[in-house]
Amino acid sequence: MNRKVNRENVLLNLIITGVGGQGNVLLAQLVGRALVKAGYYVTIGETYGPAQRGGAVMSHIRISEDTELSPLIPDGGADVILGLEPIETLRVLGQYGNPQVATLTNTRPVYPIAVSAGEAEYPSLERIKELVHDLSRDAWFIDATDMALNLGAPILTNIIMAGSLLGTRLMPLEEDRFECLLRESFPSNKQDMNLQAFRKGFELTAKRKQT
Amino acid sequence: MTNIAVDAPGTAELLMGNEAIARGALESGIGFASAYPGTPSTEIIGTLAEVGKDLNVYVEWSANEKVALESAAAASFAGVRALAAMKQVGVNVAADFLMNLNLCGVNGGLVLVACDDPGALASQTEQDTRLFAKWADLPLLEPATFQEAKDMTRWAFDLSEGVKSICILRGMTRISHGKGIVKLGELPKEHRKARFDTSLPVFLPMPVLSKHQVLHEKMANVREVFEASPFNSYNGPQRPDLLILTGGSCWLYCMEAVKLLGVEESVGVLKLGTIWPLPERLVLEHLNKAKRVLIIEHIEPFLEGEVKVLASEMASGTGPFTFYGKRSGHVSPLGEVNIHVVLDSLSSILGVQSPDVEKGYRHKAQEIAQQNAPPRDLTFCPGCPHRATFWSIKNALKLDGRDGFVAGDIGCYALGMGPAGYFQVKTLQSMGSGTGIASGFGNLSHLGFQQPVLTVCGDSTFFHAAMPALVNGVHNGSDFTMLILDNAATAMTGFQPHPGSGVGTAGDAAFAVDIEGICRSLGVRVEVGDPFNLHSTKEKLLELLEDEGKVRVFILRGKCAQVKAKESPASYRVRVDPLRCIGEDCGCARFCTRVFRCPAMIWDKKMGKAKIDEAICNGCGVCADICPRSAIVREVA
Repeated sequence: MNRKVNRENVLLNLIITGVGGQGNVLLAQLVGRALVKAGYYVTIGETYGPAQRGGAVMSHIRISEDTELSPLIPDGGADVILGLEPIETLRVLGQYGNPQVATLTNTRPVYPIAVSAGEAEYPSLERIKELVHDLSRDAWFIDATDMALNLGAPILTNIIMAGSLLGTRLMPLEEDRFECLLRESFPSNKQDMNLQAFRKGFELTAKRKQT
Repeated sequence: MTNIAVDAPGTAELLMGNEAIARGALESGIGFASAYPGTPSTEIIGTLAEVGKDLNVYVEWSANEKVALESAAAASFAGVRALAAMKQVGVNVAADFLMNLNLCGVNGGLVLVACDDPGALASQTEQDTRLFAKWADLPLLEPATFQEAKDMTRWAFDLSEGVKSICILRGMTRISHGKGIVKLGELPKEHRKARFDTSLPVFLPMPVLSKHQVLHEKMANVREVFEASPFNSYNGPQRPDLLILTGGSCWLYCMEAVKLLGVEESVGVLKLGTIWPLPERLVLEHLNKAKRVLIIEHIEPFLEGEVKVLASEMASGTGPFTFYGKRSGHVSPLGEVNIHVVLDSLSSILGVQSPDVEKGYRHKAQEIAQQNAPPRDLTFCPGCPHRATFWSIKNALKLDGRDGFVAGDIGCYALGMGPAGYFQVKTLQSMGSGTGIASGFGNLSHLGFQQPVLTVCGDSTFFHAAMPALVNGVHNGSDFTMLILDNAATAMTGFQPHPGSGVGTAGDAAFAVDIEGICRSLGVRVEVGDPFNLHSTKEKLLELLEDEGKVRVFILRGKCAQVKAKESPASYRVRVDPLRCIGEDCGCARFCTRVFRCPAMIWDKKMGKAKIDEAICNGCGVCADICPRSAIVREVA
């Protein structure tokens, strides 16, 4: 989308995508709430129907300083795409990408059933990186699931990705605000784990430019 | 997700549309809420269930939508404000009662929230609830924003109570499941006492003609209220070249499209929140500002038709209008309205270009996505009992050899129509209809019908609508086998309790109605089995298929894998023995991954052998029984 064309009400369009069960909806909810606390207008559109049964999930997070926006980002209208799964980043780029888009992708694949059944090919990670780079202005790849496994809980993948997202400084959000929200959102015995995951993800992109 | 009971008037919260509706109901002072789960309406009662006890609101997951509405109506008759929620097709189930309730009227405010699902994102139909409102002569509101979802719900109770008529709120997937900022209002401090005032006029549809007359008078009153409603608004120039007339959740798309095209100076947008009865004077006043009108609405051309009727009635005074919409081909009559639907229709009417991504990029991105991102077909979860059941059905029907088939039903097991259930399901309609269909097939033998008939239905679906069909089959001597796939949950919509689950709406203990006992009381042959035991399930099925001439019931009890994974460790540790799996040399042609298709079974290309993804395997152990070389090993965990 041409950035010059009447986008003054839209500050940022973020898409969070993944596969059912990866914590997509929770991540969108956390980012959304942090943005509301920071004083922005936020609208989130969800596509998750029967996603638990292997489907793709996508949350549209739309941020404005002064206007309530519709719940769906127009085609070609994403500013940032966060993919919890590599080919889901590609899929979303196909519909919502544009030459200015920035992407962050978790490198761990979740194979579609057609792939494990041998009916479809899953591209190599190298190939995916190449294609995502080709379609993005900036692209980051995060081994978030591996890091989460090292921290002892694969469920932390989405929180690591939240950290990485904020580390890129693409979002109008300060990390301490997000950390505050993490403290509010999790029971005390889970806070440290989540904060640690968030900081790990954050440091990764705050220190290092895109890979 | 969010505590909708927070007593902090004036604060802004990020609420899901369904949470906003629930909050609005709480602010109006409801004392009763009931529903049968159905996407996209489920979270309304789901969130109320979490706070109901604290706020003295009775919250119920009902056996079906008709009972949900009847129970809520009883609360209303007793002077209590009550809400019933359902998905669009649920209104069909409740309709028989609804079409009487309109004539009877209500006492305490009664609101029916019906969530439509344009595009059928999680439904088997694209059905438009507005037609029910017109059919039943009932007021219908449709929120445009998350704030309105709350405010309108709250107001709907006042309206309902004021005119003594049930009021319908039309929810919509993108509002119900989306999230937006909602400024909270006050929660009532006191609760009404429930009492059925026997001195009130009786709640009967009779005498029908005079009640019908009263209903028309009520709607005339509602129309007057709607004429001045703040939920209707106009944005645009005094005399627009083109008027967009829209309702509810299409409004934000219309506003954004007008801005994106830069046509704010010439295009005005009239938003209706009070959809039915149509506020005719308001509509006419705006029609007269512009002689050209584009109508944007979800699903049916409902407003389009009504506005045209109005325009033709007024034609002698107003002169002709030009209408654009679904009938003129400017708006697709199928699927969901989004910003592109509005942009495309505006572009073709006004002859302006929509802004777009540079074509070269767009084509490249689409092509890359298409070639490199294989689709994610829905399938049963790893460890799902339904996969095992359909595997046994497939094998039993094949061995039986008489071209038997399955009449399907609504629930996760509807996936039995595709590769996940080995294409065994051949008919699929509404809740409980598999058993009714089977009952009909099973009474065709006088015309030479000889195929064995199976039908499947889940535990929640059994209570919802399959029971009468089963009774029908038994009484009328039909010939079929009913498989009750009892996974102890309403799994498709998020594991809500049901009459057989022994759990109440708030997660407390509740009386468990015994499915097996009900079936036995009908005097039919009832068998109970374990779906994860493939051999015994297949053998029992073959036996039942041969026991012809009557209704037989086979209850397959296996917990939903999602529920089981949360409650207890896996039954088995499953792995592929790389020495026994000889890969492509086997002659099985990757039987496990290609045919059985559990998502936890992976074909390791490098090794040329099957592999189990331990991260997602739920340890049901069924795959160990399907490998022709016994290369899949299950060990008791």
